[in-house]
Amino acid sequence: MSSTEQVLAAGPGALNRPWRPSWHRHLSGPEFAWAIAFIVPYAAVLVAFAIFPIAYGFWMASSPSLYVQLFASDEYWDAVVTTALYVGIGVNTGMFLALLLSGFFMRRRWWVKAMLVVSMLPWALPAQTGFISFHWMMVYWGFLNSVLEKLFGIYGPDWLSHYWLALGANIVASTWKTMPFWTLILLAGRTAIPQDLYDAADIDGATGFRRFVHLVVPLLANLYLVCTLLSAIWMIGDFNTPDLVSSGAPVGSTEVLATLGVAYLFDHGNPGLGVAVVMTALPVLIPLGILLIRRLHTREVQL
Amino acid sequence: MSVALARGRTPRRLRRLVSDAGAVVLAVVLLIWWLLPVYNMMLIALDPEGDTEFTGDIWPSAPTLEAFRGVLFQRYWYLQDFWRQLGNSFFIGIMTMALTVLIGSLASFALGRMRLGKGGVISTAALLLYMVPAYFLVIPFYLLMHRYGLIDSLWAVIAADVTFAVPYAVLILQWYGRLIPLELDEAARIDGATPGQVYVQIYLPLMAPALAAVGTYALLTAWNEYLYQFILLSSPRNKTVAITLATFFDNEDTPWNYPVAASLIYALPPIALFFAVRRYIAAGLTLGGVKG
Repeated sequence: MSSTEQVLAAGPGALNRPWRPSWHRHLSGPEFAWAIAFIVPYAAVLVAFAIFPIAYGFWMASSPSLYVQLFASDEYWDAVVTTALYVGIGVNTGMFLALLLSGFFMRRRWWVKAMLVVSMLPWALPAQTGFISFHWMMVYWGFLNSVLEKLFGIYGPDWLSHYWLALGANIVASTWKTMPFWTLILLAGRTAIPQDLYDAADIDGATGFRRFVHLVVPLLANLYLVCTLLSAIWMIGDFNTPDLVSSGAPVGSTEVLATLGVAYLFDHGNPGLGVAVVMTALPVLIPLGILLIRRLHTREVQL
Repeated sequence: MSVALARGRTPRRLRRLVSDAGAVVLAVVLLIWWLLPVYNMMLIALDPEGDTEFTGDIWPSAPTLEAFRGVLFQRYWYLQDFWRQLGNSFFIGIMTMALTVLIGSLASFALGRMRLGKGGVISTAALLLYMVPAYFLVIPFYLLMHRYGLIDSLWAVIAADVTFAVPYAVLILQWYGRLIPLELDEAARIDGATPGQVYVQIYLPLMAPALAAVGTYALLTAWNEYLYQFILLSSPRNKTVAITLATFFDNEDTPWNYPVAASLIYALPPIALFFAVRRYIAAGLTLGGVKG
């Protein structure tokens, strides 16, 4: 974390330094050529592999009949509800737990620092390894039920054949994988809170829970919101978790929009409909994106 | 006020002891939570039959490394191309990493250091792209790759991975770049250095930590991703480990210990890389977060 500390030590001022005066913006001939040459690979990649596919997708899904077909199907509405539950519950639980966990990592003990390293394991582990393990842990004869039976004498349910349990399994697996990332970011936010504020709170008698509510929460609010928005955007587009953990079980009920789109391509051979599924997520994604960009552009840092 | 009084009454040492004990209990729970899926995989991989789920074992009763040996020497039919597939995965991962770092650093240099006129537009475009979920584009991307003639080519996968990793890279590199004084560039320019020399001799060395973070992120992205690989790569020659692992579910009667052992071996390179450069990762990632 030492590099982070250096960055944070530089303070918000360094991060928000005003841009150079305008003379710097007018590049002379050869300089302009250099700048263009530097930006060309990036622009080329964006146009060829992002903007063009996006435009192509819009074109593929432009026929209104696709949406008529889509809105008439039950599996689509099931996927909408499942996606909303998956994202709504998943993002908020994950983020709140990450906020609490980042408090744990503020402890100044050597073994807590060591645990921070271990905590990143789920994040660094490939999705396949982690999620296949979750899947096999939760099948009827899986590890979870073995543990319940051997240690507690409980006969566990068939986790992946009940809608709520299978959805819960997806949420738990997703939280397992992404929480370390958010914990690290919120931890950096916490370490950026000046020690004086903690000391002042201490003098006023605010410790523990009170300090959390009146000091940490207001100061981290903006960062927390940015993380929540980003996490929601990523989770709406999450394919790996629902595909590998519940695999849509029971009978396709835990499909989300991302997996349903791909299912239309493979199982129904209807790529247009697959793209249309994804397009219907845009009315939610775009406002989230705009809100996030606004938040990121907010120059005043609250610390 | 009442809190302060209560605090005064409780002996400090006792309070600290209770707090530490609580932290230890929490730590044990957390360790189980983080490591349980890995333990489950080890359990299956070390089992001679790979069917721990039917015997109900919760610890390895007769551990054997046979499954790992089977994978490494390609003894099991399903994994007979393991090394070639791992090679393909490495090719995709390393190319994604290199191209992301190269394209991202060039772009962030032009946008952040040279103040290209319409730089703001490009930055915002990148930010917007960062928000488009990669899996939403898989179908048009697949059809376009047909047009480009890149179907069943590792380069198609690399193109997809780089496309989705680069906007993040530019974002992080621009943020990090603001910590490096522009006066350095100006001094070099006065001494007669071209922008290319400033990029190679000043920008790249000073940006090394952020470049490491961004490169690792790109490799992890490529390593985590399997849908694009699954859709874009069809011939056995071009298959990757990720595809084999993801499609293994379809095979009901295969013993599980071999693919599980393979997935554990597959997990080693990104973990090794991550722990090698973890200091920079923390810097790179948290910088983006704290900035908000």
